[in-house]
Amino acid sequence: MFQIILTIIIYLIMVIPVGIYVYHIAAGKRTFADPVFNRIDGVIYKISGIKPQNGMNWKKYALSLLGTNAVMILLGYIILRIQSIGIFNPNGIEGMEPSLSFNTIISFMTNTNLQHYSGESGLPYLSQMLVITFMMFVSAASGYAACVAFIRGLAGKSKDNVGNFFADLVRITTRVLLPFSIIGGLLLVWQGVPQNLSGNVVVDTIEGAKQVIAMGPVAALEIIKHLGTNGGGFFGANSATPMENPTIISNLIELYSMMLLPGACVITFGKMVRDRKRSRASELVGVDAEEAFASKSKIRRSFTVWMYGREGRSIFAAMGIIFVIGLVVCFWAESQGNPLLADVGLNQSMGSMEGKEVRFGIAQSAMFTTTTTSFTTGTVNNMHDTLTPLGGMIPMLHMMLNVVFGGKGVGLMNMIMYAILAVFICGLMIGRTPEYLGKKIEGREMKLTALCIIIHPLLILAFSALAVGTAAGLEGITNPGFHGLSQVLYEFASSAANNGSGFEGLADNTMFWNITTGLAMFFGRYLSIVIQLAIAGSLMKKKFVSDSIGTLHTDTASFAIILVFVVYIFAALTFFPVLALGPIAEHLTIWA
Amino acid sequence: MSKKQNKKLITPEIFRQAIIGSFVKLNPRTMMKNPVMFVVEVGFIITLVLSIFPTLFGDLAASNLRTYNIIVSVILFITVLFANFAESVAEGRGKAQAASLKKTQNDTKARLLKEDGSEEIILSSQLKKGDIVMVSSGEIIPGDGEVIEGIASVDESAITGESAPVVRESGGDFCSVTGGTTVVSDWLKIKITSDPGNSFLDRMIALVEGASRKKTPNEIALSTLLVSLTIIFMIVIVTLYPVGIYSGVQLKTSTLIALTVCLIPTTIGGLLSAIGIAGMDRVTRFNVIAMSGKAVEACGDVDTMILDKTGTITYGNRLAADFFPVGGASRSDLVRCAALTSLHDETPEGKSTLELARRLGDKSTETEGSTFIEFTAQTRMSGVDLPNGLKIRKGAADAIEQYVKELGGQIPADLHEQVDKIAGLGGTPLAVCKNSRILGVIYLKDTVKPGMVERFERLRAIGIKTIMCTGDNPLTAATIAKEAGVDGFIAECKPEDKIDVIKKEQADGKIVAMTGDGTNDAPALAQANVGLAMNSGTTAAKEAANMVDLDSDPTKILEVVEIGKQLLITRGSLTTFSIANDIAKYFAIIPAMFMEAIPQLAVLNIMHLSSPYSAILSALIFNALIIPCLIPLAMKGVKYRPMSSGKMLARNMLIYGVGGIITPFIGIKIIDLIIHPLLTLIGL
Repeated sequence: MFQIILTIIIYLIMVIPVGIYVYHIAAGKRTFADPVFNRIDGVIYKISGIKPQNGMNWKKYALSLLGTNAVMILLGYIILRIQSIGIFNPNGIEGMEPSLSFNTIISFMTNTNLQHYSGESGLPYLSQMLVITFMMFVSAASGYAACVAFIRGLAGKSKDNVGNFFADLVRITTRVLLPFSIIGGLLLVWQGVPQNLSGNVVVDTIEGAKQVIAMGPVAALEIIKHLGTNGGGFFGANSATPMENPTIISNLIELYSMMLLPGACVITFGKMVRDRKRSRASELVGVDAEEAFASKSKIRRSFTVWMYGREGRSIFAAMGIIFVIGLVVCFWAESQGNPLLADVGLNQSMGSMEGKEVRFGIAQSAMFTTTTTSFTTGTVNNMHDTLTPLGGMIPMLHMMLNVVFGGKGVGLMNMIMYAILAVFICGLMIGRTPEYLGKKIEGREMKLTALCIIIHPLLILAFSALAVGTAAGLEGITNPGFHGLSQVLYEFASSAANNGSGFEGLADNTMFWNITTGLAMFFGRYLSIVIQLAIAGSLMKKKFVSDSIGTLHTDTASFAIILVFVVYIFAALTFFPVLALGPIAEHLTIWA
Repeated sequence: MSKKQNKKLITPEIFRQAIIGSFVKLNPRTMMKNPVMFVVEVGFIITLVLSIFPTLFGDLAASNLRTYNIIVSVILFITVLFANFAESVAEGRGKAQAASLKKTQNDTKARLLKEDGSEEIILSSQLKKGDIVMVSSGEIIPGDGEVIEGIASVDESAITGESAPVVRESGGDFCSVTGGTTVVSDWLKIKITSDPGNSFLDRMIALVEGASRKKTPNEIALSTLLVSLTIIFMIVIVTLYPVGIYSGVQLKTSTLIALTVCLIPTTIGGLLSAIGIAGMDRVTRFNVIAMSGKAVEACGDVDTMILDKTGTITYGNRLAADFFPVGGASRSDLVRCAALTSLHDETPEGKSTLELARRLGDKSTETEGSTFIEFTAQTRMSGVDLPNGLKIRKGAADAIEQYVKELGGQIPADLHEQVDKIAGLGGTPLAVCKNSRILGVIYLKDTVKPGMVERFERLRAIGIKTIMCTGDNPLTAATIAKEAGVDGFIAECKPEDKIDVIKKEQADGKIVAMTGDGTNDAPALAQANVGLAMNSGTTAAKEAANMVDLDSDPTKILEVVEIGKQLLITRGSLTTFSIANDIAKYFAIIPAMFMEAIPQLAVLNIMHLSSPYSAILSALIFNALIIPCLIPLAMKGVKYRPMSSGKMLARNMLIYGVGGIITPFIGIKIIDLIIHPLLTLIGL
C-alpha cells in the first residue's frame, strides 16, 4: 500500500510542471524551448502550407480532424494489407487479412490500440513503425488537439475561433509528444528495452531448450504507447514481457508517462479557464460602483488553485476520488487471493498472483491495471483476464465511466459532460437556471450532452447484447458463465472507451469481433469528439453571465463530490445490471 | 380570490375536476407531450395485453404469470393516473382562480359612445380597440382602456383583491383602467385599448388556467435530460434481455417493463408540469400576473435590481428626525414650540414633529383661544398664535428668515451652519421661530420603509445587487442609500439613465429586474430582463413589462424573485430525488430478477425483501405512490431561505439527494412487508 501512496504523491508533484508546460503550449504562450521549436514548427508549416494564425470555427476544426484521420486510416489500411513486401521485414510476416486490417487501423487511429493480432507474428517492423508508432503519435495529438479546442471554446475568449487544428497537431507533436518520448524512450533503453531493427534471436537456455528472443524498435513504441495513452504492445503480452517492461523502474516510467499528460490536460483546462476570468476581472476594474460588490466575491488565493487552476482543481479532485476508490477496491480484491485456489492448497497469502509478474507484485499490478484503464491507455503489465472478479470489475468500470482522467484529453471532455449534468441539477437546486464557466446551459447544450452520454452505454451494451445473443459472438467466448460475460463487456467497454486493453481470454480475431469492436471504437471516438466540439462551439457564442455569491460555484470541494456522485449514478447505474451478472455474480460464486 | 381559499391546497371541487382530468389526459396524444409518462403508458398497454395473452411475447408459461401481469398493469395504470392527477390539480387551482375572474367578465354591458354623441348599449365582448365608452357609478368597466375624460374612484377588488377603491383620472399615471373593475363614484369616459379576447383580463385568465402555457427554456432543457435518462435506461433494459438469456435467466416481459418504469425518472416526469403551473400560480396568488413562465424563471436568475427610491424604498414623505437649537436657544424650548405649531398640523411633517416631540418627553397641550395658521404655498410656513400674543412659526428656513427679518429680529449666526448640515445629511431643514427669535431647526428626513434593510440584507445573501434610482441630489441619495443598505444608487436620475444602467449591467452578463409605473418607465421595463409594472401605472408600462403587480406594491419584486428561485429549486430537488431513488430500486429489482437462476445474488437483496415478486411489485408501488406523496411539495414549492449558494446546495443535496437515496429503501421495505402476505394469498 505504501508504495502505491508514494507513487501517487510523486505523480501529483510531477503533473504540475507538465501541466503548466502543456498549458503554455495550448495557450500559445512562451516557453523556455521556443527558440528551438519555433524553427522546427516553422519548417513544418512551410512545407505543409499550414497557416497557424488562421483560426477555425468548431465545424471546420472537427472536419479537419476527421479529414486528416480519414486519410491516415486509408493509408494505414493499405500498408497493413501490403506489409509482406520485403522492407523492414526480417521475420517474413504476411499481409493482414481485411477485417483484421480494418479493426487494427481503426484501433490505432482512434487511440484505442485494441490488438486482435499479436505483434511479434502479425506485424513486420515496417508496419510497427509506419502504422503503429506513427499513429500512436497522431492519434494522441488529434485527441489532445480536440481537447485544446474544446477548452478554448469553454474559455470563450472569442466567439467562434477554437484554434487551428493543423497547428495544434504540429505543436502538440513536436513540443510535447516527441521530446517527452525521446527522454522517456532513452530511459527505457537504459533499463534494457531493445531498440533495433534486427531479426529475432534464437538462444539456448540454461535448461538446454531453444528460445526465440524477439527484437525490434521496441523502446520507441513503448514510450509513445504510454505517453499517448495508446496501449497495444509491440508484443502480444504487452508491458508484462521483460522485453517491453523489464524492471520496476521501467514500470514506473511507463506508469508516469501514461498518467502525466491526461492529468496535465486538466491543469491546462483549469489555467485556460482562469485566464478568461482574469481578463474579465481586469475589464471590470474600470467600472464604477462595482467595487464594493465585487470585492466580496473576490478571488481567494490558494496554493492548489495556483497549481491546478480554479476550475481544474475540482475536476481533478473528482477524477482523483474515483481513481483512488477504484484503486483501493482493485488492490483489496487482488490481495484477497482466490479462494478456489486456496482450497486446492495454493498459498494465497501474496494475493492472487495468477497472471501477474512476480517483479511487480499485487501493488504495482493493481496500480498499473487501474491506471491503464482509467487513463484509457490499454497497455497491461498483468493478465486482466485472470484478475479476481472484483479486481477485474474496476478496470471495466473505469472504462465504462471513461472520465477518470481518460485518454489524451478525451477523458476531460467526457468529464465536462458530466460536469454539465451536475451543474444542471445543482444550478436548479440553488434556484438559478444552470450555468457552467459563466455560460448558461440551455436546451441545445443539454441535447448534445445527453446524446454524448447516451452513445457510450449504447455502444457497450448493444454490442455486448449482440455478442451474447448471436452464434458468431458466442464463438469467441472462451470461458463460459459469468466470466464469459465479463470478457465480452470488457472487450466492448475497452473499444468504446478507446482503451484497447483486453481480457485477452476472448478469441477475438474473427470477422464478428473485428467488425463490431471496430465500429464501437470508431463511433466511440468520433461521434463523441464532434458532439463535444459542437457543445464548445455552442457555449462560446453565449454571453458570459456574472458571478456572485448567489451563483453556483464549480470550483469547490462540494462540487467535486457531487460530480463524483453524478458520475457514479449516471454512468455506474447504467451498467449495474450487467456488472451484477458478470463480475459481481462471479465474485459471489467463488466466495460463496 | 379570497385569502381563505388560497390556503387550502385542494378543495373538493378541484379534487373532483382533477380526477376527471387524470382520465381525460390518458389520451396518448396528450401523453406524448410528456415522454417519460408516455413510456409508462405504453408499458401499461403492453402489460395489459399480456394480462390477456400472457405468453404472447414468448414468456415462459406459468400458472401465476397472468395474475402477475394484471397486477403490474394495474400499478402502471395508477402511476400514469397519479401523474395526470398532479397536473390536473395544478391546473384546477389555476382554473378556480380564473373562474372567479371570468364571472366579472361575463355579460357586461357597455355604453358605447358614437361619434354623433349618442349612446348604444352593446355587449362588452363586441367592443373593439379605439371604441369610446361611458361608465358611471355602479357600472362595470367593460374593457381595458385609458380614461380620456372624468375622474372617479374605481373598485379594483375583482382583480387585486384590495377592497379600497382607487382614483382614476384622465392624463398622468393614473389613467389606465382594467376591464372587470367597477366604478364606485362619479363617471369616466374610457377609450378601449384592447380587442376582444385579448384584454388584460383575458390574458390573465389564460395564464392562470395554464391554457397558453408554453414550456420554458429551462423546462425544455430539463425534459431533454429526463428523456435522455429514459433512453439510457431503455437501452439498459433492452440489452438486459439477451444478456439474461446468456446468464440462464429468461426475464419476464412484465418484469422488464417494471424495471424500466422504476428506473426512468417518473417522479419528476410526472410532476414537472405541475411544478411549472403551480409556480405561476404562486405568483398569481401574490397578485402578480406574469406574462409567461419564462419571466418567472428569469426571476430566479436576477443579479441586479433597479428600484425607485420614492414609494419602493422610502415613504417619500419627510418625517421629523431630530431638533437642532440655534442661537443659544434651549432644546426643550425648541421642542415645545415645534410641538405647539404641530398640534393641528395634519401634514406628515407636522404629525411626525409632534410624535417626535412627545417621544422626547414634551407634554405641551393646546391653550384655549389659540389660532392655528395653516401651511400655504405662498407663506411656506405654518404656526400658531397663542392667546398671550406669542407667535410661533415653523417653515422653510429661508421663509422663516424672511419672516424674522421683517419683524426686526436677528438671524442667529449658527443657523446656516445647521441648515447646511441637515441638507448635507440628505434631509430637509424646517426652521422654528418664536416671535422674532429663531429657536432652531427640525431635521426632516426621508424615511426608509420598515423591513427594507432586512430585505436588502436577504438579497445580498443570495447575491443580488440593488441599485436605487432617485431624482434627489447625490448627497441626499447617498444618505438614503446608506441607510437602506442598497449597493448602489443613481442620483438625479432621468428615465434614460435607468435604461443606461440596465444596459450596462446586462453587458456584464447580469440579469436585471426593475419596477416601474409611468409611461416614461416603459422603455426601461422592456429593456430589463424582468420588468414588474404596477397595475396603477400606465398601459404603456404594463405592455412593456413582463409582469404586472395588481396591488401596485413595488416592493413585491423581491418576493417574486424568491418565488422564481423557489420554482427552480423545486424542479431541481425533485429531479435529484427522482434520480437518487434509482439506487434503492436497483437493489430491490436486480436480485429479484436473477436470484432464482443465480442464488448467490441474494447478497444484493440488502432490504431482505420477501420474494422476487414482492420485491418487484414493492418497488413499482413505491414508484407510483411517491408521485401523489410529493404533489403537495410540488404545489407549495420547496422551502426557501436566503443563503449563499454553497450552503443552499449542501442543504438541498442533503435533503433531496441523500434523502432520495435513503427514503426508497425504507419505503420499499414497508410496502414489501404489507403486500407479501397478500401476494402469498393469490399465489405469487
